[in-house]
This record gives sequence, C-alpha cells and structure tokens, in this order.
Amino acid sequence: MPNFIMSYLNSKDAITPGAAGSQFWALVYVFIIFAGVSVAVMAMNWLERKALAHFQIRLGPMRVGPHGLLQPIADAIKLMLKEDIIPAEADQFVFWVAPLIGLLAAFTVYTVIPFGPSQAVSDMNIGILFMLGVSSLGVLGIVVAGWASNSHYPLIGALRSSAQMVSYEVAMGLAVVSAILMTSLNATGTGTLSMIGIVQAQQQQGVWFIFKFFPLGLIAFGIFAIAMIAETNRAPFDMAEAESELTAGYHTEYSGLRWSLFMLAEYAAMIAVSSIAVALWLGGWMRPFPNLLNAPAWDFIFSLFPALTFFGLAAIAIVGVVRMPTHSFFKIQRIGLAAFAAVLGFIALLLLVIAVAGRSADASVAASPAAKFSEGVDYVYWFVFKVAVFMYLFIWYRATWPRYRFDQLMKIGWKVMLPISLVVLIATAIVGVLVS
Amino acid sequence: MNDSTHDASSRALSNLDLETPEKPYLDSNELIINMGPQHPATHGVLRVILKLDGEKVLGTECVIGYLHRGVEKIAENRTYTMFNPYVDRMDYVAAVSNGLGYCEAVEKLMNVEAPARAKYIRVILTELNRIASHQLWLGTHALDIGAMTPLFYTFRDREEILKIFEKYCGARLTTHAFRIGGCQYETYAGFEKEVKNFLTFVAPKIDEYEELLTTNRIWIERTKNVGVISAADAIALGVTGPVLRASGVKWDLRKAQPYAAYSEFNFDIPTGTNGDTYDRYLVRMAEMRQSLRIIEQAVNRIPEGPIMAKVPKIIKPPVGEIYHSIEAPKGELGYFIVSDGSTQPYRLRVRPPSFVNLQALDTMVRGLLVADVVAVIGTIDIVLGEVDR
Repeated sequence: MPNFIMSYLNSKDAITPGAAGSQFWALVYVFIIFAGVSVAVMAMNWLERKALAHFQIRLGPMRVGPHGLLQPIADAIKLMLKEDIIPAEADQFVFWVAPLIGLLAAFTVYTVIPFGPSQAVSDMNIGILFMLGVSSLGVLGIVVAGWASNSHYPLIGALRSSAQMVSYEVAMGLAVVSAILMTSLNATGTGTLSMIGIVQAQQQQGVWFIFKFFPLGLIAFGIFAIAMIAETNRAPFDMAEAESELTAGYHTEYSGLRWSLFMLAEYAAMIAVSSIAVALWLGGWMRPFPNLLNAPAWDFIFSLFPALTFFGLAAIAIVGVVRMPTHSFFKIQRIGLAAFAAVLGFIALLLLVIAVAGRSADASVAASPAAKFSEGVDYVYWFVFKVAVFMYLFIWYRATWPRYRFDQLMKIGWKVMLPISLVVLIATAIVGVLVS
Repeated sequence: MNDSTHDASSRALSNLDLETPEKPYLDSNELIINMGPQHPATHGVLRVILKLDGEKVLGTECVIGYLHRGVEKIAENRTYTMFNPYVDRMDYVAAVSNGLGYCEAVEKLMNVEAPARAKYIRVILTELNRIASHQLWLGTHALDIGAMTPLFYTFRDREEILKIFEKYCGARLTTHAFRIGGCQYETYAGFEKEVKNFLTFVAPKIDEYEELLTTNRIWIERTKNVGVISAADAIALGVTGPVLRASGVKWDLRKAQPYAAYSEFNFDIPTGTNGDTYDRYLVRMAEMRQSLRIIEQAVNRIPEGPIMAKVPKIIKPPVGEIYHSIEAPKGELGYFIVSDGSTQPYRLRVRPPSFVNLQALDTMVRGLLVADVVAVIGTIDIVLGEVDR
C-alpha cells in the first residue's frame, strides 16, 4: 500500500487527511463530500417543496414516487434531457462558463468545512479566510451570467445581487472577526483562523461562541445569520431572482442543465454558509452540553441520537405506508415507501451497532477503530443536524416573509448591520481584553 | 412580427414624458425595459414599458389591448338578454358585480324595479363576490411583494364563496347570477344557513391574513409611502373605489347613490389618509369586514316574495339613454346604454374601474424603483379582462 495511505492510517487522531499529507484520503473525502452535498441538495429540493407546500396548505409533490420522494430524480433527469439553449446574442463562452464558476465556488468551500476534528479534507490554517474568499467568488458567476445573457432582466438581477452580496460581505466579515477574536481567549492566548481550531477553541473554553460574552456573541451570530441569507440570495432577500419583478433574475435565459447547475450552486452555498455559522457559533461538531453532561453514560446516550433519528424517519415512513389508501393504484407506492422505511431502518440499526460497539469497549481501548469510527459518526451527525436546522429556517423564512426592496436591503446592510457589527466587534475586543 | 413589436414600443416610447428630454434617445445610462405582456406580476397581459435609470423608474407606458374581445361591439349585435352573460367576462373575478350593474342599468332604462327579495339576494351575492375579489387581490398582491403563503390561504377561503355561487346558479366564476328584472333562481334550500356559516368561517380567516401582513415589518416597509396618490390627483384622474378611498375621499356609490337594497343596511366606508399602498391594503381589508356586516344584515332580514319583476319575454327598452353605475370591488363600474327602441342596444359603453384606475399607474410609480412598480400594479387591483374588454 502506498506510503501516504499508511501515513494517514498511522497518524494521530485529530489530523485531517490534508494535514496528514495524504492525497489519497483527501481525494476520498472530496468524493464523499461532493456526492454527499449533491444528495443533500436533492433532498433539500424535495424537503423545500414539501415543507413549503405544507406551510401553504398544499401537498406538494405526490405523484413521482411515494410522497414525491423520487421527484428530485425525475427533475434532474428532465433537466438533463432538456434542449441546451444559448441565446444567439449571448456571449457564448461566458454564458457557458458562468454556472461553472458559481458551482466551483460553492463546492470548493467544502474543502475546509470541519465535519469533525479529523473529518475534513484539509485543516487550512487560514480556513475561515479561505471560506469567505471562495464563497464570495460565487457572486462572479452571477454577475457574469447576467452580463453574458445580453438581456435586461438578467442584467438587473446580476447588478442587484452583486451589490447585495458585496455589501453584506462587509457585515458578515466583521461578525466573523468578532468570533475569531474569541478564539484567542484560551489558555495559550493565541487565536486561530483554522475552522477546526475555532471549534476546538469553543471546546476548550467550554462555551459555544453564540453564548460567549452574552449578548455579544448572540448579536454577532444574528448579524451573520441575516447576512448569510442575503449572501445566498434567499427570501426575504431574494432580489436577484425576484420572480414577480425580474421573472427569474440572472438565470432568466438559462435552461436545462445549466439552470440546474445554478440551483445546485445556490443550495450548496446555502449549506456552506450554514456550516460556517455552525462552526463559528454553534460548536461545530460538538454535541449539546459536552462539558456539562460529560459522564460516559451521557456520551453513550448522545451517541444513540444518529440511530434514533433514523429510527424516527423510518417510523414516519411506516406511518406513511399505513396511512396510504388501500386502493390497488397505490400498491407500488406502498411497496416503495415500505422499502424506503426498511432502508432507513437498516441505516438506523447500523448506526446503533456502531454506537454500541464504539462505546461498550472500556476506556483502555478507547482508541480502537470502532470507537474512533463511532466518534466520527457522532461528529458528522451533530454537524449535519445543526446545518439541517438552518436549512429548515431558510424554508421557513421563504414561506413567511415578503421580499425586501433593493434600496431597503442596502439600507439595512450599510446603515444597520454594519454599525452594529462594528460595535459588537469593538465591544468583544474590549471585553476580551478585560477578561484575559 | 419583430418589426411590428419594435414599432409598437418605439411608438409608445415617443409618447413617454421624458424627465430628461435633452438626453439622446436610448442613452447608455437609461434602460428601456418591457414588463409584460408575459410577466408573472402584471396580472394577465398588461404590458408596461419602463424607462429606468438604474432601478429608478423615470416613466412608464402601459400597452393594453392584448385581451381585447370587443365586448362593447358584441353588445350591439346581441339582444339585451343575450348580452347579459358577456359582462361576466370582463371583470371575471367579480362577475356578479358586473351582472348587477348591467341588469340594473337595463332595468332603469325600462323603468322596471326588481322585487325586494331579488334585491336582497343581489346584495348578498354581490358582497360575497366583493370579498372573493378582495381575497384574490390580497393573495396576488402579497405574492407580488414576495409573500407566497397568503395566496394559498385566500384561495382556500375564496373557495367557500365559489361553492355558494355554484350551488346557487351552477357556475363558479362567470356566474350570470342575475337576470334583467330580478333573479332567475330562487335561493336553494339552506342558502341562508350556508351564508351565515361562511360569515363565521371567514371572519377569523381575515384576521389570519392580517396577522401575516399588517404588522409585518417588511410588508410595512414595502408598502408604506409607496405609490402615493393625493386625493386631488386621484379625483383628477377619475380614480374610484378603494384606491380613491385610501387617499381619504369618502366616496362609495353604495352610500352616495344607493342602488339595489344598500340604503337599508348599516355599514361604514373605510378610508385611508396617506393614499399609499399600505392604506389601500388596510382599506380593502376593512372593506371585507364591512361586506361581512352587510351580508349578515341582509341574510337576517331577507324578505319573502317574488324574485322576478314583470318583464316582457322580449326586452325592448324605450328610446333613450341611461348611465348607471355601481360600486364594484375595484371601483365605479358604469354602463352607458343608448337604446333605439329595438331589441339590441344601439351602443353600449362600459366604464370599467380597472381601466380608469390603471391610468394612475404612471403618477404613482414615477421616481420609485422597479420593485415598486410590481407592488403598485398589484395595489391598483386591475383585471385585464376589464381593462381591455
């Protein structure tokens, strides 16, 4: 076996494949993340349509597969089969490259997202800077798309979103800085920009940064949470693609696969910014109360959560099977949903076995592969769980609120959020100095 | 095809009252943009040509006629009775009001009065239709401003009104509910109970819509001081209905020139003060509640008796002309009929509220942003079937 694989396998615990110099494992992680995010985007697509429908007393997709579960796949196939139209007057090359820029920017961010202390592609020492930098490249794809379409509506949409994303990045950046300041308040007294380092700082200080220096951390988090909606062009800040005003904004002229790349990029970006928020303020991969409830028994109980979640999902699916009408037309749907429930149940069982196997061993063999793997599952689970909460909030906002106007959005960005985030930053610095 | 479209827009553009006339045509700083006729927020096939400076609107030009069906000309080739269903196709979300206006105009021309019971039925159905129309307006208006959810709530509740219509006359949208001289159908068994049930059903629902929007910060920011029109401007432009009342003018034909049985009911005329989009929203919400009040009184006091006045089988009004107008959900809906004594109108002219109110669009949106154009089109509450006829 090549050396870099062995070196990774033999390396110490909290080291990511990138940090261990293992290109092979880094590549494996990249593939896992790429596939995982793509699946997550599809699931998010289904969930958004379902949840939004239920907010709006509708059923949402019901035809393709049981409860429309296969709808994203059907959509994907449809989009791939559609005719690839490039407007005659468009700048062909730029039009072609624009969705790719957005997609690349959205996916590149995932290289530094810390799903766990060693569950990341790489532990860059400037992780958060890299993340902000790359994710703000996404605006380039939008601007270029709007420009290349050579059409009025996309142009206005692109201008709106470029102004919007650039101005909200300022407030966002300041909020992030105030979180970074907090990382330097540990024993060694040195801060860090590494994503993993930031989460570990929260672990060492025994508090999620959202609760640190209450209410400073909370305000900074709030500013980030607002800015990240604007950053991803979601309701109520979805001016760039405001359907009722600009038909579809910057992607009006796009169709088929290119359009779906934009959608993929948008949802990937949503997950990415939510990951930043989770890592910076919500303790990243840490389970709730890691310091308060730190007995091994609590460890075990919390490690059961992944299995319980999947059992819950399986139970919901089974309820769906039971409640499905008995008409023969629904037979295939019932079988499909039952199979889906079985898959979920199987995953739940697997997770249960992992959790039990990982924790039942006594402390002396804590570093056994089973324990390590079980821990990894826990980390990823809690991280994804927290991100999922944000995803649900994104849908909720969209169902509830009207859309801000462009100038109002700018006003909020520059006149409200920027001063507040500056004050929070300065206050954090002062309080930090006083405390240490 | 391309050339003709281009001609149309340049013709329309030459009519634009440019704020900066010294600048050359199609200056690189200004953007001419075509909103509609196929656009999600123009409520049908309205085409608005916008002249933009960045996002700021310098001027607008409405291009209408995409839904022109020549309703007024059709009237000249149909008997009075035959034309009755056609009026439902103008403002198709408030078809009952259209029918009421037409039937009353012809009755006035013939000097016939509908029996009291027919008048009460007319009031109940018309007010139900007003609520339905306002609900549809609210849903689409909110959708234009970006709130998706109210649309589905209003459509859910509007459905109950349509069910009552369907049970009464068999049609849901283009009802043709009334006849010249009264109503064709007696109310069905349980009509009054169903209407009363509806009243208790819909009152909390209106609160529910308000809960989502009235105190919503974003909604207020998007609608307050947007599309302001002063009372003087509104009167000068001939604007009527909720748009006029939101500017503070207490003008409601149901009170000013009572028709049907409106003089017998107690209700208020809600008015606004600022004449902005938010006031128009509040006025319409209040109007829905006032409509509930009217319906409640009407249902409780509905008299017994005939529903049809003595009207000849073949309607031949005497020579003459008549103008009769009613307060439709969108404003003053008037019918001007010239009779030459034959079975067909010599000329029939409709004064559609949407058409007249739409001309206030330019006054309202000048200097605002693109997003406000959408909000203002929604707040005027136009139906293109009525604008184009």
